Amino acid sequence: MDTWPGADGNLAPEPAIETLIIEVLLALMMVTVVALARTRNLFGVVVLFGVYSFLMATVLTVLDAVDVAMTEAAVGAGISTVLFLGALLLCRSEEARPVHRPWLPLLVSVAVGGLLVYGSLGMPVFSDPGAPAHRHVAQHYLANAMDETGAPNVVTAVLASYRGYDTLGETVVVFTAGAGVIALLRRRPGRRKP
Amino acid sequence: MKDDLVLRVVGKLLIPFILLFGLYVLFHGDYGPGGGFQAGVILAAGIIFYALIYSVEEARRVVPEPLVEAMMAVGVLLYVTVGVAGQVLGGNFLDYFVLAADPVAGQLRGILLVECGVAVAVTGVMLKVFYMFAGRGNLDQ
Repeated sequence: MDTWPGADGNLAPEPAIETLIIEVLLALMMVTVVALARTRNLFGVVVLFGVYSFLMATVLTVLDAVDVAMTEAAVGAGISTVLFLGALLLCRSEEARPVHRPWLPLLVSVAVGGLLVYGSLGMPVFSDPGAPAHRHVAQHYLANAMDETGAPNVVTAVLASYRGYDTLGETVVVFTAGAGVIALLRRRPGRRKP
Repeated sequence: MKDDLVLRVVGKLLIPFILLFGLYVLFHGDYGPGGGFQAGVILAAGIIFYALIYSVEEARRVVPEPLVEAMMAVGVLLYVTVGVAGQVLGGNFLDYFVLAADPVAGQLRGILLVECGVAVAVTGVMLKVFYMFAGRGNLDQ
């Protein structure tokens, strides 16, 4: 099992244009995040959230993760924007001035960010075919999914069949989230406090 | 947004196609990008679009709240039922091989049913959350 493309260290060179596109998109996402942190108008914040999600969806498309990109665009940019706007109607549209100095949260953010970057240094090189994630069951899925499940889309085969338990868990999580929202927001007629 | 003629006309033209696309994503998930979760979100988005243009009350008339709440539970139950059906027919929980005479056909059938369950549950939850939020603020004004 120790033979995989690039095992001898000769990886196929990555297409430069894809790397460039991803870098431009990531730069745009950084600009969006800075704008998000600086905007006080909450309507602008909601729109910027949507922009961020669409940029993320584009990055995922470039990475050939079309299924995830579709989810990101539909949930991140679509549904959550509507829900944020619905929540925005319940409060003022201008963010209140912070009462604390931002130094402690800033320190925590920078420290966590630094730790994450430090952790990412130990990860396999991007798109390395010898990475552990690609050498365990992934090879079996890619080689046999079509014959075993008849579904040409391996993502669907893994999601619904090989990892059916996990998807059942996810569905229950979505259901629980909905039940939680009902429990929190339901109005009982006649028992409202003034 | 009820009085906006452009939105009303464009909405009337687009919403059937949004719903159709949701169904396409659901039933074509085996062959192309998509699946139950994405389909559920797209279907819910189509209804929410309708609610934003024609008022939430109108949307509640088309997709009533009891139906939405039932969808939440029915989706999860459909998923579990497929799992239990695998057990009843002689396999393990969530074994799709036994759902049809041919193992591969059984797999396809199981995947499709399970994806339908996910789509129904996700549509229900998304719409319910939207209705809850819309019921508190007056989204129509």
